[in-house]
Amino acid sequence: MKAFLILEDGTVFEGTSIGSAREVVSEIVFNTSMTGYLEVLTDPSYAGQAVVMTYPLIGNYGITPDMESKRPWPDGYIVRELSRMSSNFRCQGSIQDFLKKYDIPGIAGIDTRALTKMLREKGTMNGMITTNEAFCLEEILPKLKKYSTGNVVDKVTCDKPFRLEGKGKKVALMDFGAKQNIAKSLNDRGCQVTVYPAHTSAEDILKDKPDGIMLSNGPGDPKECGEIIQEIKKLYQSDTPIFAICLGHQLMALANGADSHKMKYGHRGGNHPVKDLETGRVYISSQNHGYVVDTDNLDSSVAVPAFINVNDGTNEGLKYTGKNIFTVQFHPEACPGPQDSAYLFDRFINMMGGNQ
Amino acid sequence: MPKNPDIKKVLVIGSGPIVIGQAAEFDYAGTQACRSLKEEGVEVVLVNSNPATIMTDKEIADEVYIEPLTVKVLEQIILKEKPDSVLPTLGGQAGLNLGMELAESGFLEKHQVKLIGTTAETIFKAEDRQAFKDTMEKIGEPCAPSLVVHNVEDGIAFTNTIGYPVVLRPAYTLGGSGGGIAHNETELVDILTNGLRLSRVGEVLVERCIAGWKEIEYEVMRDAAGNCITVCNMENIDPVGVHTGDSIVVAPSQTLGDKEYQMLRTSALNIISELNITGGCNVQYALHPESFEYCVIEVNPRVSRSSALASKATGYPIAKVAAKIALGYTLDEIKNAITGKTYASFEPMLDYCVVKIPRLPFDKFITAKRSLTTQMKATGEVMSICTNFEGALMKAIRSLEQHVDCMRSYDFTSLSKKELLRQLEKVDDRRIWVIAEALRRGISYDEIHDMTMIDHWFIDKIAILVEMEERLEKEELTIDLLKEAKRIEFPDNVIARLTGKEEREIRDLRYANGITAAFKMVDTCAAEFAAETPYYYSCFGSENEAAKTSGRKKVLVLGSGPIRIGQGIEFDYCSVHCTWAFSREGYETIIVNNNPETVSTDFDIADKLYFEPLTPEDVESIVRLEQPDGAVVQFGGQTAIKLTESLMKMGVPILGTKAEDVDAAEDRELFDKILEQTEIPRAAGGTVFTAEEAKAVANRLGYPVLVRPSYVLGGQGMQIAYSDQEIEEFMEIINRIAQDHPILVDKYLQGKEIEVDAVCDGTDILIPGIMEHIERTGVHSGDSISVYPAPTISTKVKEKIVEYTRRLARALHVVGLINIQFIAMDEDVYVIEVNPRSSRTVPYISKVTGIPIVDLATQVIIGNTLKGLGYPVGLAPEAEYVAIKMPVFSFEKLRGAEISLGPEMKSTGECLGIGKTFDEALYKAFLGAGVVLPKYKQMIMTVKDADKPESVDIGKRFEALGYKIYATRSTAKYLQGHGVEARRINKISQESPNVMDLILGHKIDLVIDTPTQGRDKSRDGFLIRRNAIETGVYCITAMDTANALARSLEHADSTEKLNLIDIAKVKNI
Repeated sequence: MKAFLILEDGTVFEGTSIGSAREVVSEIVFNTSMTGYLEVLTDPSYAGQAVVMTYPLIGNYGITPDMESKRPWPDGYIVRELSRMSSNFRCQGSIQDFLKKYDIPGIAGIDTRALTKMLREKGTMNGMITTNEAFCLEEILPKLKKYSTGNVVDKVTCDKPFRLEGKGKKVALMDFGAKQNIAKSLNDRGCQVTVYPAHTSAEDILKDKPDGIMLSNGPGDPKECGEIIQEIKKLYQSDTPIFAICLGHQLMALANGADSHKMKYGHRGGNHPVKDLETGRVYISSQNHGYVVDTDNLDSSVAVPAFINVNDGTNEGLKYTGKNIFTVQFHPEACPGPQDSAYLFDRFINMMGGNQ
Repeated sequence: MPKNPDIKKVLVIGSGPIVIGQAAEFDYAGTQACRSLKEEGVEVVLVNSNPATIMTDKEIADEVYIEPLTVKVLEQIILKEKPDSVLPTLGGQAGLNLGMELAESGFLEKHQVKLIGTTAETIFKAEDRQAFKDTMEKIGEPCAPSLVVHNVEDGIAFTNTIGYPVVLRPAYTLGGSGGGIAHNETELVDILTNGLRLSRVGEVLVERCIAGWKEIEYEVMRDAAGNCITVCNMENIDPVGVHTGDSIVVAPSQTLGDKEYQMLRTSALNIISELNITGGCNVQYALHPESFEYCVIEVNPRVSRSSALASKATGYPIAKVAAKIALGYTLDEIKNAITGKTYASFEPMLDYCVVKIPRLPFDKFITAKRSLTTQMKATGEVMSICTNFEGALMKAIRSLEQHVDCMRSYDFTSLSKKELLRQLEKVDDRRIWVIAEALRRGISYDEIHDMTMIDHWFIDKIAILVEMEERLEKEELTIDLLKEAKRIEFPDNVIARLTGKEEREIRDLRYANGITAAFKMVDTCAAEFAAETPYYYSCFGSENEAAKTSGRKKVLVLGSGPIRIGQGIEFDYCSVHCTWAFSREGYETIIVNNNPETVSTDFDIADKLYFEPLTPEDVESIVRLEQPDGAVVQFGGQTAIKLTESLMKMGVPILGTKAEDVDAAEDRELFDKILEQTEIPRAAGGTVFTAEEAKAVANRLGYPVLVRPSYVLGGQGMQIAYSDQEIEEFMEIINRIAQDHPILVDKYLQGKEIEVDAVCDGTDILIPGIMEHIERTGVHSGDSISVYPAPTISTKVKEKIVEYTRRLARALHVVGLINIQFIAMDEDVYVIEVNPRSSRTVPYISKVTGIPIVDLATQVIIGNTLKGLGYPVGLAPEAEYVAIKMPVFSFEKLRGAEISLGPEMKSTGECLGIGKTFDEALYKAFLGAGVVLPKYKQMIMTVKDADKPESVDIGKRFEALGYKIYATRSTAKYLQGHGVEARRINKISQESPNVMDLILGHKIDLVIDTPTQGRDKSRDGFLIRRNAIETGVYCITAMDTANALARSLEHADSTEKLNLIDIAKVKNI
């Protein structure tokens, strides 16, 4: 079946329908990872977006147990070619069936590089994936321009708290759309991890007397999370050690007077160099963010930059002055992507006093 | 960390002559690194014995020594040039070993020279088997369990602890001879006994067999601050068991999930950090196909063939960055040259798929075993890029220039199912075609996988190609079908063949429907950032990114494709110099090539690089877009010459010598006419198509005769025939491949072989120098020892040669380069062959005369004259030193290959010996080629009857040198009868001790064996030669070479202190 990808600037790509045949409007973003399409699909941070994979051959090893959440989240999936053969010893099925099962529409057979270049030049755009050949641009384009991701954290966070048992430090993980490997990374290091829904109050979390608090990644514009930011302010004041990733990092910054803005086309992939400003060391990181913290208005008595992106100099992490708090924009939990910054989990555990 | 200010002058060690396993990739890496160092204001001293390289140009380094790569020579260079640092990581294993030896002996420390780019400790930890195992164990990285044993009992005991199958590798046998895989105790005892006997030190490594696991490689970079990145990973389609150099390789990996990918990536970073490598490093893994279990196979703590491939596959210039790291920079301080915006501290992301296929020499060595093992056999490789795997595979196949263009190119239809299954089990260069045939027969993926251990994903891709072939054959050719066929890169001629149409029809249909190639950029970042570098590949069904540029005059330079015997790195040298010369004249330059090992495919050589197959259709796509003002074909070897006609049809003017004149030199009748007009003699001969015609001509001329196909390089298929029977044999071999052109049969003249390269501007010629071969005619010029200036011919003969060259160049209207081979018999000169294009000797003669003939040729092509350029005409004055080019062979790598020299070229590379006297030059040439004698002062002689008279003198001279001579029956008798004390030994078929026992006893320095003609493998001589080669004994098959070696040894004493000549300062005119 034919499918079309229509961008808000009127560009139309014709390809083949994959997954669900239903029509969807979303924000189109690209990811440059060459492996880990399943981790990308199941990363809750993609809620409210349709993802373009720049690597042209997707689905080679099918669906494996490597899901980062219970289900795939993107509104749509855009690839050049889906492999008809899924080959891996852990393969449980094909990506085609997986998309169908979760009713996610997609398009294959388009020039994803041309599309990526457009998004790079013009910035992230909204778009529609449709199988309706008789689409009418005049009707569609205003709809596309109007689309906004909105508050998507509510959509992806867990319903009720749950716990991963461990003998080490007690960590409270605030789930704004957490990838499973955050909890797993801490749990594998011995921590007892309690996962709380995004809207849990600071009081409720602190009541459980965690040794440390972990703020997770998540989708959307951090400024949509006003209520959560208020709670984070309280967590900040609690003097409990805090480590935050991605959206968590942005929310902590906003809670402390920094600003954030939407990037032209974001950072999504597994090859971004971040520099630890304390040691000068550069690490290759996994990234997935469309917004970035502005450090210009950040008082150094509150926080100082800890990491920057080597490519564009944007902020990649903050260290909070006089506090046991540090936050990073990138993803030390990897999945997909390099595991180079996994040591940050150890740093967090040390901040809490260490396991054993 | 900024640049270390103490590094001001660096000695860079090159990799020496090209041999299988150490090839052009090191010229690429070395050239890039030297340029990178010079960019930083560092003075570069270069040493490399290989004159055919670009890195040994005076433009690349400040001081250039084309000297033998030995510790002694390096020490002398260091004493003379006083560099503050030595960079050994860019010259392959050869360079690394030398760096290590210099450091270990304390020489570097004594003279306050630093080793940069690595440390002796790093090299030791990575290279020493035990140290490496210990290091890996320390950081918890698994290696396949192994043990060195000295007797069979220990081997059995160890195997019982790790389980069958095991791999057995005898120590110090070249070519992996005597090794193998044992599946049970009987096989173990058998192979181990033999291996222990063959090993010079009686040592065999017993290792857990991981054959069949996935073979994955990572290219890693690290700086002194400890920052690490992986440039790229690569997956071998052939599982562990086939050398990665002989495997079809895809980048990035295709069948690894993120978990496997990151697990191995993290391991690679841990290893490079633990080894404390600063620069580039290659880590090879075996990954169990059905678990997360893996083993580290090998670490190369240096730039390697794989890093050249990774550089070209990603656009990340590994050697350049490695050189900057050696100077002290950190990755985040080095700009990404492709984007111009980002830094070297990132990991390239590909939005395409890269396939590399090795170029194997079985078309050249038809007796050699085709099977692929852990011993590399490929002489070169091709790479291709496409947005899908099938397309990349199809493009790579047709880039090979081995008469293959689709999945039907090898015919296995005559095999029964049983035979086919057996063929599937054999791993050789035709395996993907065997799989294709198996798929056509309906053999299941599982069954194919069980036999080959090739991943289902790759089998499915071959199936997609097979299905498309069937559809094209059976279905009507709709536009959609055509689009799909082009998407997976079916060339028009294949589509035409399968649909029963004309190629022209297919092309017209495509153009009429807008189905044309689009060009995409290799930008390191999957389009995330705008890139500045015009490095392109083509694909179908996409938007074109390559903009046609205009303004300046534009020239298309066609490269020489994969490195093969007969067409080596020399042609890349010529292509690159031609490109640079056009560039200096203000032209916009475009290179088309498909060889990832070369300098020409570096993205900053030409204004634009198209990494594409060199077929008419692929070139036409580029021509349609770029509309160049002209194309040069005379520098790219036969690959480029073959495209001449097609380019003319596309309307592209051929710059320089006209196509019809190139034809005139190749076409027997036209050429005979020219020789008649110019009154130049040549050996009598005729052209034939069949064996009957050939025999008729041969009998008219009288035996012996030379038989060869026209339009080939390197004398492929050329043979000297002594009888009708041999004619039949040779004609059968030649005609196995359909010949478009007639076969030449010439009277064989035995005399001195002389070679010249000349530049002609249409009127005047310039000959930089005359080269004389040490071996008499009959040995291919590429395999002969070549001497400049010609030492033994008279002034009269030289004048004749100059005059004939002038006449031929004019008669053929040569504008550019011409190469001519002559035979001098007494005072007579005959012409053998004329090639109105660049040749193998061009870089050699350019360097030793200081005359940049490629630049000059390019200048005259543009329209300048030699006189106008300020150059003298005629023969340039002779140099005051002697330069000898010595061929280097890779026979030990090719089991079963016939090593005796003849009219068909067999060498893979060359080295130079340059000295004040002939003897010094000769000594250096042998030294550079790795002939380090004497050792045990024992030799074997077995010569054919015709050579017996000459053998006496040679025997006496070696006797005088202290050699004990063994000889087979008739040779011994003859030598004894003429006063040489030769000890008679038994032939192989006779009882021990026979000649074979002697060779296997590892006490022989040298075998002189001049073979009788013919290709009969069963003859004693063949076995003697093969066994000598495989046990590392130097083996000579021509009397002239033996003479030269004797002379070199006789003068070895007087060459204790060698004169070192800085090639960068050589200037004759």
